[in-house]
Amino acid sequence: MTIRRTWIGLTYIVFTLLLIIPLIEIFTGSWADGWSGFIEGLTRKQSLHALQMTASIVVVVTVINTVFGVMLALYLVRAEWIGARMKRLLNSIVDLPFAVSPVIGGLMIVLLLGPNTVIGAFFEDSGFKVVYALPGMILASLFVTFPLMVREVLPVLQEIGAQQEEAASTLGAYSWYTFWKVTWPSIRWGVIYGVVLTVARTLGEFGAVLVVSGNIMNKTQTATTLVYQDVENFNVVEANGVALVLAVFSVGLLLLMEWAKKRKEVH
Amino acid sequence: MHIEVRNLNKSFGDFHAVQDVSFEIEKGHLIGLLGPSGGGKTSILRMLAGLETPTSGDIIFHGKRVNDLPPQERGIGFVFQNYALFKHMTVYENIAFGLKVKKQSKEQIRERVSTLVELTGLKGFEHRYVHQLSGGQRQRVAFARALAPEPQLLLLDEPFAAIDAKIRTELRTWLKEMIERVGITSIFVTHDQEEAIEVADEIMIIGKGRLEQKGTPWEIYKNPQTPFVASFIGESTIVEDIKVLKGFDAALSYPGTKALIRPEYIEIGKPGEIRLQSATVKATVKALHFRGSEWMVELLVDNVKLITYRSLEKEVLQPGEQVSVLVHRAYLFNDNDSWIMENSLKVDPMPIHI
Repeated sequence: MTIRRTWIGLTYIVFTLLLIIPLIEIFTGSWADGWSGFIEGLTRKQSLHALQMTASIVVVVTVINTVFGVMLALYLVRAEWIGARMKRLLNSIVDLPFAVSPVIGGLMIVLLLGPNTVIGAFFEDSGFKVVYALPGMILASLFVTFPLMVREVLPVLQEIGAQQEEAASTLGAYSWYTFWKVTWPSIRWGVIYGVVLTVARTLGEFGAVLVVSGNIMNKTQTATTLVYQDVENFNVVEANGVALVLAVFSVGLLLLMEWAKKRKEVH
Repeated sequence: MHIEVRNLNKSFGDFHAVQDVSFEIEKGHLIGLLGPSGGGKTSILRMLAGLETPTSGDIIFHGKRVNDLPPQERGIGFVFQNYALFKHMTVYENIAFGLKVKKQSKEQIRERVSTLVELTGLKGFEHRYVHQLSGGQRQRVAFARALAPEPQLLLLDEPFAAIDAKIRTELRTWLKEMIERVGITSIFVTHDQEEAIEVADEIMIIGKGRLEQKGTPWEIYKNPQTPFVASFIGESTIVEDIKVLKGFDAALSYPGTKALIRPEYIEIGKPGEIRLQSATVKATVKALHFRGSEWMVELLVDNVKLITYRSLEKEVLQPGEQVSVLVHRAYLFNDNDSWIMENSLKVDPMPIHI
């Protein structure tokens, strides 16, 4: 009994130390100079720009990742024209970003598409900057978040099997109609869960984006890299302010995630 | 719909699932594809539906080759083994699916669905979801959904497998009646011979990817053309050494011939009970098993085991008892041939002419 109590107590202590105290710290830190200090920190040009940058990356990455993630999951489970060995290979490649550190992921993009490379130079010449610009940052975030959607949708597709879709085809429905009327209702909660995970991961992504963006203020700075810079420059109040905005979003997403998880289990 | 299949083959990698299967089906017939599990029955059905592509061979509906038509264009209805109902839709929406795809008007859809709901006895369940239905009801929904777009051919994959034994018999009769009433050409797959015999007009026996025999259940029972069919249909024991059987000496001239004996071919009696004593052999009762409406008797004739049934009305036998056994006929087969032979000693040696 006492041993169990000790463990439970310890868990609470770790939980408080790691999550609750930092959250309170961020909250009080951002209010250290009162309401005006908080607003000022957030309405600085670089804060607004960084938050807007993060928002656009989140939107673009989520859309692309959702479409391609669902498509890849469908192909990996259903496509007959992909051989079994090829499927296994693709299946393990999907998990690569989980295994590779985001910083390395960012570095790979720089090495492949940087201004000194053949491809990078080609894009630059046609007026399209990839690295140290928004496209590179989107690519980096895509790399990091790619497994999330596939891993949510794939098991659901495997579990529901192909029979309902086959039944739809014998009833005269072609693939697009079948997808929306038969497959989608079964996978949508999985997709929503995947979207929430993707948004959360993209919001908080630091390493890959830092390497690819070069962290140029008012140009390629995101909310997380701005917090980093503010901390470096001892702008504690401002850093806390931006961090608080990110934390509020994260908590909101967490609640949404719980709700989506419950719905996912119902169907 | 008149259906013809010519030299159908299907391989999955090295596995030859269907081998050179050819058959024809008359319009309006109800056909049972019967065979052991993994014998290629479902593959044949799925190729007919267009869910699987044949490795070679032709599938012809109404004189037109349909190999290259997708399932959507074949005009078939398919009932899956686990029904594959759309679980996020109600009974009504499930049945209406094929009609909505065809862009029929709301009015038409309502009419057709209510006809089918009436026909399948699902009235009052239209707004239930699949998980709120029993196994039998789900099967009815699957059946109604497949019939809704008025297909020319109905394919059913193990339609009774997921239903418990008690309701199964009831549903069999129901399905046979329904199909007769609708008048649609139908093919169903089963591994249960009782089911095939009871439901089908004609049975096709499929074993190891080959079509072994096609015919009415009675024809197949009476005149099995291969040892596989003979052993698959009905109950039987194989006698390796036919010398122990009396009255089949003529078969001894073909070396390697074995006999397949069905319980109903055998008559047993206490000494004196059988009139044709000269045709009988002596046997020992090895064991008795009560089977509800009769006794199953295990017999030993010179260490060869035979099985037969005995009416409960007759005197009860005891294990170890000596009895006389008359084998009326045997299904004989060797590597080249198979035939049915009547017991040659059954002709009364002293006929009385009146």
